Amino acid sequence: MKATAWIAINVFRESVRDKVLYNLVFFAILLIAASYLIGQLTAGQDVKIIKDLGLAATSIFGLFIAVFIGIGLVSKEVERRSVYSLLAKPIHRYQLLIGKYCGLVLTLVVNISIMAAALYVVLAYMSWGVSPAAARIWDAPALDPALLKAASLLLAELSIVTAIALFFSTFSTPMLSAAMTFGLYIVGHFTNDLRNFADLVDSPAAARLARGLSWALPNLAQFDVRADVVHGVPVAFGYMGLACLYAAVYVAMLLAISVLVFSRRDFK
Amino acid sequence: MRDRPLNAIVAVVVFAAMMVGASIELQAMRDRMYPPRPLDEDSLYIQSGPMLRRLTVAYNALAADLYWIRAIQYYGDGKRRLASHARVPDPPPMIAAATSDAYSLLYPLLDLTTSLDPRFNIAYRFGAVFLAEAYPSGPGRPDLAVKLLEKGLAERPDKWEYMEDIGFVHYWYDHDYRAAAEWFRKASLAPGAPWWLQSLAATTLAQGGDRQSSRVMWEAILQSSEVGWQRQDAERRLLQLRALDQIDDYQKIVDDYASRAGAPATDWAPIIRARSWPGTPADPSLTPYVLTGGRVTVAQSSPLWPLPDEPQRADSRPPS
Repeated sequence: MKATAWIAINVFRESVRDKVLYNLVFFAILLIAASYLIGQLTAGQDVKIIKDLGLAATSIFGLFIAVFIGIGLVSKEVERRSVYSLLAKPIHRYQLLIGKYCGLVLTLVVNISIMAAALYVVLAYMSWGVSPAAARIWDAPALDPALLKAASLLLAELSIVTAIALFFSTFSTPMLSAAMTFGLYIVGHFTNDLRNFADLVDSPAAARLARGLSWALPNLAQFDVRADVVHGVPVAFGYMGLACLYAAVYVAMLLAISVLVFSRRDFK
Repeated sequence: MRDRPLNAIVAVVVFAAMMVGASIELQAMRDRMYPPRPLDEDSLYIQSGPMLRRLTVAYNALAADLYWIRAIQYYGDGKRRLASHARVPDPPPMIAAATSDAYSLLYPLLDLTTSLDPRFNIAYRFGAVFLAEAYPSGPGRPDLAVKLLEKGLAERPDKWEYMEDIGFVHYWYDHDYRAAAEWFRKASLAPGAPWWLQSLAATTLAQGGDRQSSRVMWEAILQSSEVGWQRQDAERRLLQLRALDQIDDYQKIVDDYASRAGAPATDWAPIIRARSWPGTPADPSLTPYVLTGGRVTVAQSSPLWPLPDEPQRADSRPPS
């Protein structure tokens, strides 16, 4: 447990030192600030658009962090041959893998927190001095605490994406891992369509395959409550709890397979 | 020794700044010598909402915002372009609307916006205003305005504002007061609807089209609206109604002059002399009125142009 925690902290430190990571955070904050300018073009919809843009920027940059750092977690160690010295230490391979995963999730928690804080700052600035009458046209208050629900579910989604990237990273090249992770991310947003696809095909075998895939592939669309939050539609805590539980189960499954692959891998 | 790298950095920065300045000046020079052709065509490559929803994956709302901004700019550009060509007399509004393609992409843009974000309240409400606006201020398509609002109503059946807006479209643009009254009545039954919608339904049915009832309606909108843009529109409509009252007064004077002179007045000069006015009478936006063929009207350069059609009195029978 202690070894896993140390590895996690080291991954976090390495990520924080990584210049690419700083750039991503910088650009996310810049984008959120730029949303203020875009808000001026939108006929009274500035707060909605700033929320949309801020949450989308948080999601996109979070996705890039999860994928591009996730795919390098194992492959980089193998490439640099530092994996030999790591495995020579009294740690198990599963500890190394889980520690690396937790370190990246910690990095994502910090990043999403920074981006959410920046979004709240921009929204506070935008809503400063706005009369209650003018604020009534907003579907939800500018400084709506429900934005944190969207950010929390985004974190749950990215924790699955990180686990996918880590899984591919245990046996594939970084380039291929990135392509496959992005592919699964996109497919993950269409699992409901895949379920409906089963009703459209004549072949029972194809229908069964489509239905099976729709349940087995990660369902990432359920974590996207951004539009609901922006429009002031309540997101139940029960829904959030189930979605987070799904994420935990799916991550556990992916990590178990990753540990299995990694433990059987021969580095000679 | 340490000054040498610093000098090199300063030299590179200065050189880069000079090159940026030179490139800007060259672009400006090229634009002066070879003015770029105005971009007349606008295109919409994807017109299917469901397809675009899939293409934008998890970023539907952001894409909806971009399409909304595009719709506003498209509408504004079309309006400005037509205003700059307003020297030529325009055909009657509905004929022009049927033949003009100046706003042909407006509905597809709004349809895409609302397909990407079906709860985009303002896109339905403002979009309907843009669509219904008579040519050349808009495409003059109240049918599409109603279609857009009905799409919003299908998404949120309890939204009384959409029903109220459909009522307004029927009232102002179709002059169908019975339909307008029916929509106001439906809106008044929705949860959270304001009390005055019921009396608005009754007034519309009894006095629809009456200038005074229009004034009362726009004043109600002006008082109740929380959107700056909508308030400005209501203020403009009230000024237009004032202009219609003034035109009636001036028309009497012009007709009176014509009957005494035995010929219709072709310009203001003889009337100004006869009445000892200090100058040409101006509309509420302070733009002088125009006298053409013995008829008084607002100038095309006036922000109040074009004035609304004077509607007919409504049938006071209740709807079946």
